[in-house]
Amino acid sequence: MSATGFHELEGAPPKAMNARIEGDLMEVSMGPQHPSTHGVFRMNVALDGEVVRKLKPVFGYLHRNHEKIGENTSYLGSMPYTDRLDYFCSMTNNWAYALSVEKLAGIEVPERAEYLRVILAELTRLQNHVSLLGFLLSDMGAWGTPLMYAFREREKILDLFESLSGSRMMCDYMRFGGCRVDAGPDWFARAQKIIDAFPRFLDEFEELIVSNEILIARTQNVGKLSAELAINAGITGPMLRASGVNYDLRKVDGYGIYPRFKFRIPLGDHGDCYDRLMLRALEMRESLGILNQAMKEIPAGPIMNPKVKVRAFKPPIGEAYGRIEGPKGELGFYLISDGGASPYRYRVRPPSFINLTVLEDLCLGHTVADVMVILGSVDIVMGEVDR
Amino acid sequence: MIGTGVLKGMAVTARNFLGSYFEKDRLITVQYPEERETLPENYRNFPFLVYDNDPEAGLRCVACKICEKECPPQCIYIVKSDDKKPDYMGKPQFYPKIFDIDISVCMSCQICVEVCPFEAIKMDKVFELSRRERFDALLLRKDELAKSNTYYHGIHPLEAAEVDANLAAAAAAKKKPAPAPAVPKT
Repeated sequence: MSATGFHELEGAPPKAMNARIEGDLMEVSMGPQHPSTHGVFRMNVALDGEVVRKLKPVFGYLHRNHEKIGENTSYLGSMPYTDRLDYFCSMTNNWAYALSVEKLAGIEVPERAEYLRVILAELTRLQNHVSLLGFLLSDMGAWGTPLMYAFREREKILDLFESLSGSRMMCDYMRFGGCRVDAGPDWFARAQKIIDAFPRFLDEFEELIVSNEILIARTQNVGKLSAELAINAGITGPMLRASGVNYDLRKVDGYGIYPRFKFRIPLGDHGDCYDRLMLRALEMRESLGILNQAMKEIPAGPIMNPKVKVRAFKPPIGEAYGRIEGPKGELGFYLISDGGASPYRYRVRPPSFINLTVLEDLCLGHTVADVMVILGSVDIVMGEVDR
Repeated sequence: MIGTGVLKGMAVTARNFLGSYFEKDRLITVQYPEERETLPENYRNFPFLVYDNDPEAGLRCVACKICEKECPPQCIYIVKSDDKKPDYMGKPQFYPKIFDIDISVCMSCQICVEVCPFEAIKMDKVFELSRRERFDALLLRKDELAKSNTYYHGIHPLEAAEVDANLAAAAAAKKKPAPAPAVPKT
């Protein structure tokens, strides 16, 4: 690899719309300490004037050996580490990991725990999307204000997580065969209050962004992702649906108890940044619908399968892939067990890492200021990209 | 008309600004060192050891080393005693000669609490732990970790009451000749 990191790209046909490249390209290294890279992430950008001609993402600054640690610790010991993957949505990470271990060992989950999982996963989706919208507006130069409103709402949900699991972000809440702590009636009352108040905030936030001319100019027709490319690149989550592909694991897989709930899958039309942004706003409304149904229907009962041992948990020999629709896309854990106390192979399929692979295709031909908007609309968390 | 969208956004900002004077929902800042929020019952930070009457002899820990083995980041270090001492129920038990927790490594996952069969290790709520020194000051020794059951009742009242009831039930079951059940886990 050359010093600039463009070795592989040299001689490759340019992919941009106006492909003529004259003279020298200016190479700019954006990151790793750029305020809008959502963590330590670097992009080597080659610029023709202000237009991006090549872009090479460089990651790995936050690599923490997650998979190897998972292969050396017990099955239970990996659970708190999954919180640290995508530190915005530790509940869904917990669920994906618990789901794959439950598949591996054939563990049943009690009804109430399934409902609790759905409630917490949808709350996670709310707080992830809401903070994403705030960050995206902050990337576009709307410093502070929208992010402050977004974080105000997010903090209310994090308070719920804290009073249930003990920690705001590193929840470590789910266990194989259920959940760790039961939620009392006062918790549900508080949660219901927050859910009831949320649409007001959403209306307000949409008013703030939907028709804003500056936002429209910055996002519409920027970073278009065709449905074909999205499918070929394995893109999942809101990014795929913004390109108009109807694929949501909650409907396709129907894991947990999702088939019981009535909800719609919002779809985008153009696959540009604006669609990606609005799709998240629409998804939050659907999440609120699921939450209301789940809060109404939740039955009483145990939250843990009593057959599961806490200590010395050893699943039978085999392999399993558990996947859920995380707020960022398909989050999967692939486990191979050799019958021992720790997995033989532990592999994470991180949605934001795979969604990031099309970054160059999205950015080519746009100005360098648009790169930040496009990166923001992909919704990445470096803890998950680098693992 | 161009500009209406921006004006609408400004109206939202104005509504939030003015609303912050009247609605508690819109102004949620807590002026931290002066104002403090009460921590929820389930809040957890770093582990501590529970003792019953005497910080040395009343320690519930019997140095079984299960937490040391299960701790994912391996921040617990235990050395078992050579002799046995009577524990809080009067039964001769081993005790930890050394019990260290490196809280610069601990990630507050609560797995040590879940696996402990003796209700000896619990989660603390102290979070103002800044120190002037990186290594030794954050390595908590046995005497710093040991905290009384009264303290435990103070920080987790519901959980502590449940634990006490479980321990009393186990002690009552042990006195009878019937086969004693294991101490139930929370």
